Formats: sequence, structure tokens, C-alpha cells
Amino acid sequence: MTLSTTAKRLLAAVTFGVLALIYLPLLVVVANSVNSNESMTWPPDHLTFEWWQRAWHSAGARDALLTSLEVGAVATGIALVLGTLLAMALQRYSFFGKNTVNLLVILPIALPGVVTGIALNNGFRGILGIDLTLWTIVIAHATFCIVTVFNNVQARLRRMGTSLEEASADLGAGVFTTFRLVTLPQLRSALLAGGMLAFALSFDEIIVTTFTAGDGATTLPIWILNNMFRPNQAPVVNVVAVVLIVFSIIPVWLAQRLSSDVDAVR
Amino acid sequence: MTQATTPPAAAPAATGAPQTAIRLRGLQKHFGDVAAVDGVDLDIADGEFFSMLGPSGSGKTTVLRLIAGFESASAGTVELGGVDVTKAAPFERDVHTVFQDYALFPHMSVLDNVAYGLRVRGMAKKQRRERAQQALDTVRLGHLGSRRPTQLSGGQRQRVALARAIVLEPRVLLLDEPLGALDLKLREQMQVELKQLQRELGITFVFVTHDQEEALTLSDRIAVFDAGRIQQLGTPQEIYEQPSSAYVAGFVGTTNLLDAETSQRLLGVAAEHALRPERLRLTPANDTESADAGEVRIPAVVVETIYLGTGNRVHLRTEDGLELVALEQSTGSLDDSGHRGEQVTVRFARADVVALTPAP
Repeated sequence: MTLSTTAKRLLAAVTFGVLALIYLPLLVVVANSVNSNESMTWPPDHLTFEWWQRAWHSAGARDALLTSLEVGAVATGIALVLGTLLAMALQRYSFFGKNTVNLLVILPIALPGVVTGIALNNGFRGILGIDLTLWTIVIAHATFCIVTVFNNVQARLRRMGTSLEEASADLGAGVFTTFRLVTLPQLRSALLAGGMLAFALSFDEIIVTTFTAGDGATTLPIWILNNMFRPNQAPVVNVVAVVLIVFSIIPVWLAQRLSSDVDAVR
Repeated sequence: MTQATTPPAAAPAATGAPQTAIRLRGLQKHFGDVAAVDGVDLDIADGEFFSMLGPSGSGKTTVLRLIAGFESASAGTVELGGVDVTKAAPFERDVHTVFQDYALFPHMSVLDNVAYGLRVRGMAKKQRRERAQQALDTVRLGHLGSRRPTQLSGGQRQRVALARAIVLEPRVLLLDEPLGALDLKLREQMQVELKQLQRELGITFVFVTHDQEEALTLSDRIAVFDAGRIQQLGTPQEIYEQPSSAYVAGFVGTTNLLDAETSQRLLGVAAEHALRPERLRLTPANDTESADAGEVRIPAVVVETIYLGTGNRVHLRTEDGLELVALEQSTGSLDDSGHRGEQVTVRFARADVVALTPAP
């Protein structure tokens, strides 16, 4: 299909405009993290790394970063195990209610975070009667982290077909040997991609976290929310925001490169 | 269902009576409402090169997968070497499969692929590598052990898949259209190699193919499949020369089908008959060659002549509208017989006409 020159220019302008709308504010955040003026006047007059230093020495920010890393890592770990098992079950076996299970697994990513948050909050405190802690955040995050792993692994399993696994069984390998020697190596990049996406999702999650975080369990996004409107913390918040951007973008970018299942990243 | 009552062909390395390698009884496989395999009884002898021939969807591959254990039978039994394995998992069966897409493990070297079966049996690394190397040498790929499967050509992958199966010294090797993905030249070469390999190893080969020529060339016996059933079972000669039904006659080679009415007119028998194109002889319309008692002569006109290199395929129409195909050997002359529109006499011997059993 060929487009007229006018149409091409128009499309280019719209594309550029939308991308600018998305990415310019991000660039402003990055620039402000080194803006020497504390009230962030624009354009910045001097470069400074003072805010970076202050952020580094801010115990609150550092704790929040560690909390976020911990939550992300554990939630991703849970998601990798459960997501893979689920994908194997749904792709390789048939059982009653299979399609329903498939839908139920994917649903958490589509549910509004506020609904998931309230539901889990009620579930933990009202029904199970447990106090909110760091671990309630981990479990809450795992519910949607599973989806990215599940989707990636499922897409890989589907593309792989069953013939490699059949060949393995044919050559005398039992179910677990086949999984270890044939299926798992084939899934490696899908697991890496799914895991990194899961981590990125968890790392910048705020809504569900708000409802499931116990006292003292402050993740980085929550710390930002709490400090954003304190004038003396504002520059540090910018720095933390940049860290958040980096930790979220790198895994997604790597995951994109690793997995050619671009259609199934989420 | 019509089945020739031919006894299993003698195994090449027969010591006494040939053992039965595979025995299928009343085998059925349903996918939902569809009967992919609809009652198959079959005995395959030890050391036999057995082909299952049929178009796609005829059930031949499903039978193979039932023997391998990838599908579970809806009804009936599978016996391997006299043991009922109907309920056994694939890894519990002493048969190995060469897959249509080869199914080589892409994350392993060629040598590790071949050694895989030995590895899962717990053989020590050094020993299994030696054995795998021997198997690779057998298929003349000994020098490529360190490559990855993706670095090999189609024909080489095919041989790796073979080596991976034969290194385990199975009693039975199942081959699912193994040559389907190769080009013609390579396919013919691999056919010869397969046949030689089978003879050397003395293993039972069960070969699935939709290529009738391949089946005729390679097999000791052939089962022609259609609609989940065996339509005819016999040696290549029997299948080709005495097809039992119009289906088999039409699927295996080209054939001229004479319906009951035509047969009544030409042969005086009101039943369906088949006549192979190479049995027809064409002579000029005005020839004075006398016909002997067993010969049928029909005047016809040449509709089309197709040059095949080894000869001509001549399409003919008789005065009463019967369409026939004749195959003429090349005489080496640049101006062979049978020009379009030419009047000719079609001759064939009564003995060459095969009576078909009517479709059930």
C-alpha cells in the first residue's frame, strides 16, 4: 500500500506528537534530577549531582529501594514456578474446566488494580485474619506477575509443538527427565523474558501495593507518593523516579530482545 | 473391508518361523466424533520392511502413533513382541520413531542428540559418546558430531534422526514420512540407504508414506489405508498388479477403470475392472495385424500425448466415449507415435484386466 506524501507527513507528525507527549515528561524528570535549582525552574541553569548524593544518603529512599527489589524478586520467583507449571498444564494436558482456568489465570492483569487491592485487603485481613506485611505485598504482586510468565511460556510451548517432547519420551525419557533435559532448555529465554517483565510490573506497582502493604513495608513507588509534595524532598523524588524508570525499562527492553514472542509480552 | 490373506513375508534373517514384531487387533482411535482409525487388524513380522500407504487423513500416521504410544487407543490392542503394550507409555515401549520433522533437540550437539537415549538410560558419558559416534559413522555423518542440528542440511538431519533411533538397537523402527521434506534426488538416494540400513540391521521398519512409488520400491509388504481402515494388504506386486478395489487401483499408480457396463461390452463380464496404462498397446488404425483370441481391440482417437522422457503418456477416447490412458515406452526416435487427433487401435490382453471387488 502506498500513501500520498501529505498522508505520510501527517502520520509522521501525529506519531511524533504522541511519542513526544509520552517521553518528554520523562526526560524532564531525568533533567530535573540534575537541576541545581531546588524549585526546578526551567530550563535548568546548572548541573548538579547533589540530589543524587542526597538520595543515596536518604535512608527512607534506600530502604524503599531494597524493599521493592525484595518484593519484585520474590514475586517473580513465585511467578516463574507457578506460571510455568500452569502453562505446562494448560498446553500439554487436557482436563475438565481447562478454558475456565486459562481465563482465571489471565484475569488479574485485566482487573483494575483498585479492585484487586481491595479484594486482597479484605481477603488477608477479614477472611484469613492475617496482618498486612511485606509478604502480603509479595503475594498480591505474584497474582499478576504469574500472568506475564504464563503468557510467555505458553506462547513458547505452543510454538515449540509437542514433537521434541514426544521424541524425548520415544527415546526412553520419563516425564520429569523430558522436562529437565528438553522442555526447560527450550523455555529458558521465555522464562527470562517473562521473569523480567514480571519484575518490572512489580517494581513500579502502586495501587495494589497501597492496599496490601503492612506498616513499615514501603516500596519505592509508595515512598515517592509519600514524599512527592514535601518541598525539600522534591529533588530527591526526581532522582528516585529516574531509578524507577531505569529499573522498569531495562528489563522490558531486554525481554523484548530475548523473546520473539512479541505478541505475548503481557 | 477386504484384506488379502497373504502370510507375512519371510524376514531376511529368518531363523525358523518369523516372529511377530507388532500385532494390532481391532484397533480404533476416535477424535471426538471422527474415527481416525476404524478397526485395524495387522501382523508385522520381525525384520520386515512394512509400509503404511494412504492419503493424508487415511489413518496411517495415527496407527503409527498408536504403536509408538503417543496416542491411546479408543479400542483394541497393540502388542509388541508378544507383549500387550496398549496402556504403556511411549518411554516404556521398545520402539523408536523417526519423525517427519526430525524433532532433533536444537540445544544439543549432533552427538548429544544421538547419545540422548543412552543418557536417559544412565549410560556413562564416555561409553555413550563412543556408541553415538559409531551410530553417526553408520549413517556417514561421523565428522559432524560437534555441529548443531540447525547447521545441517535436510538430508543430514534426516540421518541424525535415524542414528538417534538406531543407536538404541530397537526391535522396531517407526518412520513417519521421513523423506517427505527432501527433494526428489535426495529422496531417491535416501530410499536406497534406508533399504540397505534396514537389511544390515535386521530391524523391523514400519514406514508411513503417501508416496505410492516409495512404498512400492522399499517395502516387503504394504497396507493401503483409506478412511481409517486397511483397504488392501499385500506385497508390492500384489498391490500393483492385483488391486482389490477401485480405490487401491486408483491410489497406487495410474489406472484405467472400466465400469460394469463397459466391461460387459468389451469383456462380456458385468463387473468393475482395472487396466494398467502400460498394458495397453497402440497400433495404427488400419493395421492388418491379426488379433489372437485373448486380445481385445478397440478403435480410438488420440486426445493428447504427454512426453515423459522415459516414454509417452497417451490420452485416448474410444468411439463410444470411453477415456483411456496408455503408457508407451520411448523408442528413442524423435518422432514417436500418437499425434493428437490420430486414429489408432488400442490392444490389450484379457489376462491383463483385473477384476475389482465392488465397493461395500
